Amino acid sequence: MAITLNLPSVLAAHAGGVRTLHASGRTLGEAVADVAARFPNLGPRLRDQDGNPYPFVVFYVNDEDVRFRGGFAAPVQDGDEVTVIPAIAGG
Amino acid sequence: MTSTTVPATARASLSALPLRCRNCGAERAAGPVSICEHCLGPLEPVYEPGRPLPDRRTIAARAPSLWRYQEWLPFDGEPVLSLDSGFTPLVEAPALARRFGVARAWVKNDTVCHPSLSFKDRVVAAAINAAAAFGLDTIGCASTGNLANAVAAHAARAGLKAWIFVPETLEAPKLIGTGIYGPRLVRVRGTYDDVNRLCAQVADRFGWGMVNVNLRCYYGEGSKTLAYEIAEQLGWRLPTAVVAPMAGGSLVTKLRKGFEEFLAAGLVRGAAPRLYGAQAEGCAPIVRLVERGGTQLEPQVPDTICRSLAIGNPADGVFAARALRESGGWAAAVSDAELVQGIRFLAQDTGVFAETAGGVTAAAALALARAGRLRPDDEVVLCVTGHGLKTVEAVSGALPETPLIAPRLKEVAVLVEEEGSAA
Repeated sequence: MAITLNLPSVLAAHAGGVRTLHASGRTLGEAVADVAARFPNLGPRLRDQDGNPYPFVVFYVNDEDVRFRGGFAAPVQDGDEVTVIPAIAGG
Repeated sequence: MTSTTVPATARASLSALPLRCRNCGAERAAGPVSICEHCLGPLEPVYEPGRPLPDRRTIAARAPSLWRYQEWLPFDGEPVLSLDSGFTPLVEAPALARRFGVARAWVKNDTVCHPSLSFKDRVVAAAINAAAAFGLDTIGCASTGNLANAVAAHAARAGLKAWIFVPETLEAPKLIGTGIYGPRLVRVRGTYDDVNRLCAQVADRFGWGMVNVNLRCYYGEGSKTLAYEIAEQLGWRLPTAVVAPMAGGSLVTKLRKGFEEFLAAGLVRGAAPRLYGAQAEGCAPIVRLVERGGTQLEPQVPDTICRSLAIGNPADGVFAARALRESGGWAAAVSDAELVQGIRFLAQDTGVFAETAGGVTAAAALALARAGRLRPDDEVVLCVTGHGLKTVEAVSGALPETPLIAPRLKEVAVLVEEEGSAA
């Protein structure tokens, strides 16, 4: 079982129209790097030139904001679900 | 048919403005989208710089609603829905000025905004016209309460379907004040940030007009009307300082934009006001960013009775912190006990009963005054953004016990005597 990565439609357009990808890695950063290597147009939209997340993009691992878990250094394992959400507004 | 429902032929004349990314500058056509497809940065509407703008007299002769400033709202053509929101009273508050030790003070009283008693009526008035321009038949939102009330009310009047998602802990008056209009109201386990994340996915999946998600670029512009109204109601001039609550952080950025637009249009002169942001200590990620400096916002898990400001992951937090600092202002966070005191002294000084966010704003203004950030020569406006009847449980325990008497004059006389001896 791999790690599942859920993309918003604005990003799925850069992954062949697929909203759900599978990835492997021991950290979120490694999983993102794995996907970025396979989808060159998607990679620069998931992380900046230094390999860090953008301020406007939030990653959740199993519903938890990874900024509470060390960002891209957060450990992930097979079966985890990663969701990518553009930053969100008030209410 | 309601008074704001119009024939389809008239709707065809309304169009929304195109969009540009605030981060990378990429442009795209108008649409129910708030995220740049290149960098995922936030989009904002693009106004034609050379468009004709009205003068003071023209504006003053228009109907008393936020649409009197329609040249600064993100549409071409005439609005078709929610035509009567905004233009709330600006209440001078000399007792508040004395409490703060400033020259003059006013309350911008959005507790009486039409129809749902909060400033969210402004942003929803803008968003629902965007929905009309895009031909959407369903709108919705993630909400901490006030937005839920507003979306439900505006959608009901327009005959649109509404899907509204709120955190499970929302106050009962805000649930009732939403459900009464007949939307699909859904409680979600978790915090507002969990709800908002879900709604980002809902907008993506179902294509509805989620006002603070995919209609956000149009929605946010409605907040600017608070600034325009303050300027006009002060007699076409600007205050020196404005204090406003912060949740997602959008309001203070839009206040700044609004004041600067009126300065650029020559409708007012002088310096833009210093802007001060207010949050509850239990959820103060923007205040902490202002204090710390830099551009990295650290999200927080909210823990405060001020649920309408309980956004731990504010989308506009970085922009808000920058707007406050660049304006020469600052930010302050207050405890739950202080915000309850803020609600009480605001009511007793001004006759305005505010919800918890108003208590945060009033208490933060007092803290800023005590810290010397509000000065003796300042003219200060407090943006009070929602009605106190929405959060009565926050203050019910803080009020003195109400005596119960028999209908006999002598029992009143005893109370009057007690009052006299206590004085």
